[in-house]
Amino acid sequence: MADITQTRVQATTRTTTRKRIRWDHIADHAILIAGALLMLVPVYMVFATSSWDPITIHREGMQFGFGDRLAENYDAALFEYGGFTDSVNGMTMLANSLILGLGFAIGKIIVGMMAAYAIVYFRLKFATLAFWMIFTTLLLPLEVRILPSYEVISWMNLGNTYTGLIVPLIASATATFFFRQFFRSVPEELIEAARIDGAGPVKFFIDILVPLSKTMIAAMFIIMFVFGWNQYLWPTLITTDESLFTLVRGIRQIVQSYADGSETPDYGQAAALAIIAMTPPVLIVVFFQSWFVKGLTESDK
Amino acid sequence: MKRAAFGHIGFPILLLLPQLAIIAIFFYWPAAYAVESSFYLQDPFGFGETFVGFDNYTRLTNSTNYINALNFTVVFTLLVTFFSLGIALLLAVKADKVIRGAKTYRTLLMWVYAIAPPVAGLIGVMLFDQSRGTITQVLASFGYDFRLGVNYWDTAAAMITVSVWKQIPVNFIFFLSGLQAIPRSVREAAMIDNRSGTSRFWDITFPLLAPTGFFLLIINITYSLFDTFGIVDTIVKGEPGNNPLTLVYRVYVDGFRGGDLGGSSAQSVVLMILVLILTIVQFRFLERRIHYT
Amino acid sequence: MAQVTLNKVRKVYPNGAEALEPSTFTIPDGELCVLVGPSGCGKSTMLRMVAGLEDVTEGEISIGDRVVNDIDPADRNIAMVFQNYALYPHMTVARNMGYGLKNRGMDKGQIAEKVREAAQMLNLTEFLDRKPSQLSGGQRQRVAMGRAIVREPDLFLFDEPLSNLDAKLRNQMRIEIRALQRRLGTTAMYVTHDQVEAMTMADRIIVLSNGHIEQIGTPAEIYSNPASTFVAAFMGAPPMNLLNAEAGQGRVTLPGGEIVPQAGVNGHAGAVTVGIRPEDVMPSPQGDLTFNVDIIEELGAQRLLHGQMAGQAFSVAVPKDQEAATGEMRLALKPGAVHLFDADEGRRLG
Repeated sequence: MADITQTRVQATTRTTTRKRIRWDHIADHAILIAGALLMLVPVYMVFATSSWDPITIHREGMQFGFGDRLAENYDAALFEYGGFTDSVNGMTMLANSLILGLGFAIGKIIVGMMAAYAIVYFRLKFATLAFWMIFTTLLLPLEVRILPSYEVISWMNLGNTYTGLIVPLIASATATFFFRQFFRSVPEELIEAARIDGAGPVKFFIDILVPLSKTMIAAMFIIMFVFGWNQYLWPTLITTDESLFTLVRGIRQIVQSYADGSETPDYGQAAALAIIAMTPPVLIVVFFQSWFVKGLTESDK
Repeated sequence: MKRAAFGHIGFPILLLLPQLAIIAIFFYWPAAYAVESSFYLQDPFGFGETFVGFDNYTRLTNSTNYINALNFTVVFTLLVTFFSLGIALLLAVKADKVIRGAKTYRTLLMWVYAIAPPVAGLIGVMLFDQSRGTITQVLASFGYDFRLGVNYWDTAAAMITVSVWKQIPVNFIFFLSGLQAIPRSVREAAMIDNRSGTSRFWDITFPLLAPTGFFLLIINITYSLFDTFGIVDTIVKGEPGNNPLTLVYRVYVDGFRGGDLGGSSAQSVVLMILVLILTIVQFRFLERRIHYT
Repeated sequence: MAQVTLNKVRKVYPNGAEALEPSTFTIPDGELCVLVGPSGCGKSTMLRMVAGLEDVTEGEISIGDRVVNDIDPADRNIAMVFQNYALYPHMTVARNMGYGLKNRGMDKGQIAEKVREAAQMLNLTEFLDRKPSQLSGGQRQRVAMGRAIVREPDLFLFDEPLSNLDAKLRNQMRIEIRALQRRLGTTAMYVTHDQVEAMTMADRIIVLSNGHIEQIGTPAEIYSNPASTFVAAFMGAPPMNLLNAEAGQGRVTLPGGEIVPQAGVNGHAGAVTVGIRPEDVMPSPQGDLTFNVDIIEELGAQRLLHGQMAGQAFSVAVPKDQEAATGEMRLALKPGAVHLFDADEGRRLG
């Protein structure tokens, strides 16, 4: 057998520096850029359009460049009172959207965590029954039982209230299911150690489980906030009082003024309102991307 | 349940109470009410109701409106699911492959998730507007007269386009995370075994993505059936007219506009059964799902 | 069959980190060469560059007479066994093994024949129709081996293939892999962080640390002539004792004043490191060195005495029949027991 020596091959052998053009890489980027533009351009155009006066938009349609009415349109969209009763402006709708988004997210997380804690950490005879009762709700979205839900709310006199707006939306088990999955993945030894250390169910929950679930709570919060903020059908049905309108609900008014054609709608202002309606959830999703993605992809395993 | 679970009785019941109360009042009651109402016919003037057995259901099968909505929903669901899955898969595969700018691409391809369906619908209305829409103008320059809200299939095309656009991010996120879950060494082993990237994709990556794909298939069908309500409503500008409508939209139109509680409830029940079937299929599959570990 | 040559091969990652300094060596045809070192030393990078899974920043890699830098991994005629086996989870054992052959356009009958042969060699015949998830760790390991064998490659690459197995199975597979490689006569590169694996399996060992080659040699050479304190401490269990000492006036003195016998100083003066393997000393009343035993570890075949020499940690291995007690004892050195290293750079002196 030949010997291995650290053979000093002379420097005459070229050291290859590879700088080939990788066409497949360029194609990959081209496809991704096309995809990114597909997502961006429509929204960009709404934004650009929101800076124009209604006459220009009415004549030429959506705009690529920026006009000089940006500040005026957003000012009007936010602060000018409108609607049939002149009782609603953008700020009211923004506040209502925030109440719906936060109320829904927080309510759902609290209710869901409590239920999941009961199911996973207690020796309950009817836990299985409770489990199935709760998880059946995953099957039927609100849209399917919309009319009877509406009837129930009217019967309870909860129409045009925040309670009527928020609570029925919480009647699904997504958060419970998510937390149940997470609690089950928490090491068994943790509760054993905590019990040996003398922690009761409340202490264990508050001192150990909640801090441990921080990331999960954050992820769930983002998803639920966006989900709540973006609700459309239910708010449309349940709020007829304009002072309870959310931004997304307000979009419907814009579209209908489009349809009526009775007066030239203020397109610039409408575009501005659309931008205002999408900005908070988009910012949250973009800034807390990693939590959001984690929450989304782990909730469905 | 945990091995060392707590033995208390009262406390966990207290914990479960809010959840159970909410679902009892806002889920089971309405659901039961829907089933019940579907067997009754309401007097349009609010004077009582009569038991009509399966009449509300048979009425559906004879309703052209309903059958049209059913047919459209099938076409709509198939197209939305196919295109949003296909485009998202392509983008996810590319985003998984590139090194430079991977994070930026990921952000740019997923942020639309946060846009509400009716806002997406409004953007659609602006782009496809019969006289001023940007896309309408582009199509006009190719000699096509796009008539949103007038031509049935033009309206449908706008609905489908917007629905696909809105759904790409979710599919993208799941496909990307599915791709990233494939062990690097498996892909490397494949690189040593197979020179062609395309055939590697179909032989290795695609089968390993199948569980994600199947899960997304269900998600997309559910999305097309229910979550597109806001898109449909904005694109038809709240005016059903002769526009293409999905089944959920019919539930709403017949129930709230037509005041036909019985008919609307029967439609709800049909949808419930549909969702149940989908879920059962999903669970059956999940049970048999191969755990690649 | 082929020899493998690396010529000034260097790896710098895009973030500027140098994973491998320019390295040059040749692995002769048919040898099993083990790359060993702690994690992050560059051994896996080196292997992955040979496989074509990692770009080469500078230098040339040849397999046989062919420079493979720009050749696709699938065209290098290599086979690789991965740490977690990297079996295709959705394919049966037979398809896993035959996949590479199929892609080379081999006809079905021939593939089936080769797969059957390899399966027989590895006792896998009854598992051919199973999926990887239905196999035990050891069986998966065999399938990964089978996938490598059927390709009849010029070169086997092993990337810590045994680290996911339990200790018993690891010893068994170690012997099997070695026997198989001998029988097939295929050149192999084998990456591990386990020095026992390196010593027992290798024809040659390349010891790496921090992206550079510390030493290349046969297991015996590496054991008896470690080129640096790093190699001395890394190879051999229990590890070599390393003591700080002073050289001067032709002898080496430990901090307490004791003189280390046998130490050839070669005119070197100043701080040095003295290396003595635990098994190269023995208790002896006439011994030159004082050793304080703190703890005795029973290993069955031998005993390990841990304690202090000249105020520094020191260990001694004694046969099981040798009496030992805690407290002070005298130690004598076996011939050739003393290794001397430069105190600053850790290079071997003389």
